[in-house]
Amino acid sequence: METLALLVDGFSVALSPQNLFLAVVGCFLGTLMGALPGLGPANGVAILIPIAFSLGLGPIPSLILLTSVYYGAMYGGRISSILLNIPGDEPAMMTCLDGYPMAKNGQAGEALSLGGIASFFGAFVATIGLVILAPQLVKIALLFGPAEYFVLFTVAFATLGGVSSTNQAKSAFAAALGLGIAMIGSDSQTGSQRFTFGEIHLFDGIDFLIAIVGLFALSEVLIFLEHHRGGAVGSAGATKVGRILPDFGMIKRCLPSIARGTGLGFFSGVLPGAGASLGSFLAYSLEKQSVDRDGKSFGKGDPRGVAAPEAGNNAAAGGALVPMLSLGVPGSGTTAVLLAVLLQLNITPGPLLFTKNPDVVWGLIAALFIGNIILLLMNVPLVGLFTRVLLVPTRILMPVVAMISFVGIYSITGSTFDVMLMVGFGFAGWLLRKLDVPLVPVILGILLGNQMEVNLRRAMTISDGDWLALVGSPLAIILWLIAIAGFVLPMFVGRRVKDRMDAQRHDEEASVGD
Amino acid sequence: MSDRIFGGFGLALAIFYIWAASIIKDSFMVDVVGPRAFPYIVGTVLGLTSLYFIIRPDEEPKWPGLRDFAEILFATAVMFLYAWSLSEIGFVIATTFATAYLTWRLGTTPLWSLVVGLLTAIGIYVVFHLILGLALAEGPLGF
Repeated sequence: METLALLVDGFSVALSPQNLFLAVVGCFLGTLMGALPGLGPANGVAILIPIAFSLGLGPIPSLILLTSVYYGAMYGGRISSILLNIPGDEPAMMTCLDGYPMAKNGQAGEALSLGGIASFFGAFVATIGLVILAPQLVKIALLFGPAEYFVLFTVAFATLGGVSSTNQAKSAFAAALGLGIAMIGSDSQTGSQRFTFGEIHLFDGIDFLIAIVGLFALSEVLIFLEHHRGGAVGSAGATKVGRILPDFGMIKRCLPSIARGTGLGFFSGVLPGAGASLGSFLAYSLEKQSVDRDGKSFGKGDPRGVAAPEAGNNAAAGGALVPMLSLGVPGSGTTAVLLAVLLQLNITPGPLLFTKNPDVVWGLIAALFIGNIILLLMNVPLVGLFTRVLLVPTRILMPVVAMISFVGIYSITGSTFDVMLMVGFGFAGWLLRKLDVPLVPVILGILLGNQMEVNLRRAMTISDGDWLALVGSPLAIILWLIAIAGFVLPMFVGRRVKDRMDAQRHDEEASVGD
Repeated sequence: MSDRIFGGFGLALAIFYIWAASIIKDSFMVDVVGPRAFPYIVGTVLGLTSLYFIIRPDEEPKWPGLRDFAEILFATAVMFLYAWSLSEIGFVIATTFATAYLTWRLGTTPLWSLVVGLLTAIGIYVVFHLILGLALAEGPLGF
């Protein structure tokens, strides 16, 4: 009951005219970015963070704006999957399999609105799940001491590669790289200068926003330059939508698929290292196995094959917020970017957030509910508006995206050195992506590095330098076991899962993060 | 082979990192493990994983041809130049040329690229500076 009262307070925060307006803007921008191939939720949020802060918005309004973008991008991903067979972001790739055939059968509008409804259902149920599950997880997290926290961060890094990771050494390298970058600057405990070599720009460390925007957004521009020359991703013919509302018979037939997809998606969102891509993959393949064993209709435009993965990826997006908010440990690229939002606002997520800043947590959750309703309204009747965006040629769009990222970073730091550093990160990101080194652990390392070290040193101070304190409690030992299992398991099954995912989606392009 | 070279770089980076960690000066405040312990751990992980890349490299990634690679390098160079020139010639002029270069390389005709560049620069200036009030780089001309 206490939760309910807090949620009501949250709604009173989120329903203020300014916040409602920001939610609408965020949902709109998010859907737009999700719809554009190459600009996933992680990129979208990353580019907008510095801009939201330069505008001088308070913590709750900026949080509402940016999480609306996050949910919006998850909705928008389906648009180009269905119309063009190009996933707008990675989690949307399973939607291509049946969405595009539906569009070819002249059912594009129905596929889009069905996807919108499935997204709504998935995200809505997942947000309810977040309300129920997060406070429970907080109770466990309150038992954590510094040693347990240090191990928890290790769990986050060990599982981040995900079950589809094929080379765990590369995930570990990426994490160490990020942690290494985080060490640059003044040591927070003793004030010693580390790795600055007398360079004054480095005394405060490297701002994580510079790294995020460079690694995610600019490297995407370079990838584009390498692969895509020329015209619009869509053509006028491909974006014919047809009738928009699906008949209710179809929705009714899809309801069980939506429900199953939601359950699986939420589950994989909460688990560390799974994320939205796996959520939609699981939802699709299990749906296929349970209703279409012989492969008669799936892949040929079965509406259930659109409903299940769409519900799955949106439910996973909501589920991923559970560990991010209650433990402060994100499980995917996009939630890592949302963590960056919180850190930039000087809000440290984790159990204390729920007790110290309940208005932030519950305002945010209420905003998610409201955002969902706005998105449903925007995405079902107005979907035609968003399909027009696909007509803008990428040769014009991508440079504009690059310039807006520059504007964001410059306006927040006011230093050309930082802008150059961002370009450096962009090129490094391109190189790392070519070498198949995941970028999300790098980002997470930069974000969590200092906290991880502080917890280690606190644990050592408490134990007076006894390193065995790290395995000193049953809770810590359980976390170590999870970390080891999460790191070792993909070495055996990673290749198989990856091959199955690849086999399903052929060799489609996908963007970073999920 | 790419992975082996990458591993070599990684190893060099790890050694450099550990060396740089070893010369961190203690300040007047001290705690039990000091400011060097965690960087040592990080450097060790960097080194070990790099060794793994050298011993067991992945399949060769698909590198772009020489021309495409030059394209990437030039784009990066232009963006560097852009960042440097922001404070020298101001936001609008720098952005016009940087955007024009990128749109041109993505396949727009040169003249149209300049038009797109100018429109982008003015558009961003109006929306972000005049309407939203963000601080943009000011050149000698004040914009």
